[in-house]
Amino acid sequence: MDARQTGRRPRLAVWKFASCDGCQLTLLDCEDELLSIAAEMEIAYFLEASSAPGPGPYDLSLVEGSITTPEDAERIRHVRRVSRRLVTIGACATAGGIQALRDFADVREFTSVVYARPEYIATLERSTPISANVPVDFELRGCPIDKRQLLEVITAFLADRRPVVPGHSVCVECKARGNVCVLVAHGTPCLGPVTQAGCGALCPAYNRGCYGCFGPAETTNSGALNAKLRALGMSDPDLVRVYRTFNATEEPFRRASEEAEGDA
Amino acid sequence: MTHKTIRLGGLSRVEGEGALLVRARDGVVTDLQLKIYEPPRFFEALLRGRSYEEPPDITARICGICPVAYQMSACQAIESAFGVEVTGPLRDLRLLLYYGEWIESHALHIFLLHAPDFLGYESGVAMAADHRDHLERGLALKKAGNELVATLGGRAIHPVNVRVGGFYRVPRPRELAPLAEGLRRAREHALDTVRWVAGFDFPDIEHDYRFLALRHPGEYAILSGSPAVSDGTAFPVTDWPAHVVEEQVPRSTALHARLDGTGGYLTGALARYALNSERLSPLARSAAREAGLGPICRNPFRSIVVRAVEVVHACDEALRIIEGYTEPDVPAVPVDPVAGVGHGASEAPRGTLYHRYRVDEAGLIAEADIVPPTAQNQVRIEMDLRALIEPHLDLPQAELAALCERAVRNHDPCISCSAHFLELRLDAR
Ligand code: SF4
Ligand code: SF4
Repeated sequence: MDARQTGRRPRLAVWKFASCDGCQLTLLDCEDELLSIAAEMEIAYFLEASSAPGPGPYDLSLVEGSITTPEDAERIRHVRRVSRRLVTIGACATAGGIQALRDFADVREFTSVVYARPEYIATLERSTPISANVPVDFELRGCPIDKRQLLEVITAFLADRRPVVPGHSVCVECKARGNVCVLVAHGTPCLGPVTQAGCGALCPAYNRGCYGCFGPAETTNSGALNAKLRALGMSDPDLVRVYRTFNATEEPFRRASEEAEGDA
Repeated sequence: MTHKTIRLGGLSRVEGEGALLVRARDGVVTDLQLKIYEPPRFFEALLRGRSYEEPPDITARICGICPVAYQMSACQAIESAFGVEVTGPLRDLRLLLYYGEWIESHALHIFLLHAPDFLGYESGVAMAADHRDHLERGLALKKAGNELVATLGGRAIHPVNVRVGGFYRVPRPRELAPLAEGLRRAREHALDTVRWVAGFDFPDIEHDYRFLALRHPGEYAILSGSPAVSDGTAFPVTDWPAHVVEEQVPRSTALHARLDGTGGYLTGALARYALNSERLSPLARSAAREAGLGPICRNPFRSIVVRAVEVVHACDEALRIIEGYTEPDVPAVPVDPVAGVGHGASEAPRGTLYHRYRVDEAGLIAEADIVPPTAQNQVRIEMDLRALIEPHLDLPQAELAALCERAVRNHDPCISCSAHFLELRLDAR
């Protein structure tokens, strides 16, 4: 039964699939808010933080990581069944993560590079986002996610409204922050024009081009950006690599990398 | 014949998920396996063909709890392939960033993961009900570490400001100055933490550990140094592959490291302290003395005290660097890729982390090898468990399970950080 009808605290669960733990750590990094979150919600299942996992169902499940093994493909279905709302957190869960680079290679060859006895390794050919496996209520992007956006997701859940997370590009945040445009002013290659906001335009603030860790923005024009990046001296293999990092299988990034690959 | 199989499901409060299988017959442990449910992510394979500039960002994603460790080992390995050395204020800034990660990671382990074991709580948050002041102190410490990483690196997890050769942008002295205030408070918190954890009730257990840690002539090694072993062996980082070999154990399918032919050595806080305690800052040394640590600590449960002492040291050293900081002329030393092999090692909060790269003439990675601390410690953790379990086989299952979990957590196994731990599959025979 729904927590709102019974008056009990809503129950929170945090799940991990193939990932680095960075996104769930973001919750523990809310040092100022952690204890008030724990007052509002019962942290019922969070293996990284508690040795007493409570049984389901859960009102809100945060899911980190991608699906890369047959067992995990089963487990995520179970998670969906016991979760009223399921929110994926981070590039692994929303896009397959860095481990999705296997999608562009032969996973058996990958396995034999790392393991002397690859026959013991049970792994899928692809690293898929959670939404490719089960229905998802909301996706929060970033590698890692942004702490403020995570708090917005939790607050919105508690207020029973949809989280307010902008879909525009990093460029908009750069302007808001008053950053100098590294692309125009310094000629530094930057994925800001095609990357979703959320980080606060972090890289340009540190004199660095965006490398796309929040994945593609709502509307992107990678053709125009690629022309500009080529003019700055980037080769086609450089372009392929720049789109193939933590969100490589997101459609706009995949298309952009395949375009560059076609030209290479 | 008594036959007892203990199964812990998900092993909680270690970053990542693992499980432990124990089989005992007639009071003797006949089989013990620490199972790790970490699906392989194939970093060493996917790094091939990437630019020499990318390993710091890519390998950071092996572990969200110690990304700086990955970035530092990666940068230094690649710099060594190119004959580049980062020195002076740029090296100081790297140290500062790394101290931030140590403070953050150790505070997380001490307060949210390890202390609840001693006080009988299931989690740090549950502990807050009766020990709110302690937990708040821990969170304040953790925040101070995170702020250091975020100021230098842009954010606390997967910092964006690290590159081969140095940084993209170095901080102005006035950006660092405000951190000093917070660090001085953090240092007080750290000293209180040493006193607090030193008073815990420790099981009376010591192991005859073979320790491995980096040593540095002028520092309590964290950023760089040469591997040293408690039996007196020492070797340069470039000789690592000749000494440490990772094997995929058929029985368990995990990768286990052997040091000069034998498994079961220990890296991490206890090892660093045993090999380098005389290089701790004077304040950290006196805190260790007051806590009754002695020159070597062989009780794994006491590692919580050693970590607390390391936090004092990290705060102390970070303050020293901030106070003496002059802005470097350039944010990074110039790097010209040449074909070659480079080795790099640093002390991640949970132990020595080694990277090796072979770079081709185009500056692309041809081969990568990463040896994380937990892969090195796994055999030793299993030995700890075996010794702990055998005399306690009569304990009720739940109690024994809890004790085993504690023994694993003693070594702060960042299971995600073991890039290639994997799920166990038993041969059905
Ligand atoms: S999205 Fe990035 S930070 Fe989050 S779990 Fe995956 S690798 Fe880690
Ligand atoms: S600027 Fe781009 S790469 Fe940098 S943190 Fe933001 S989204 Fe990620």
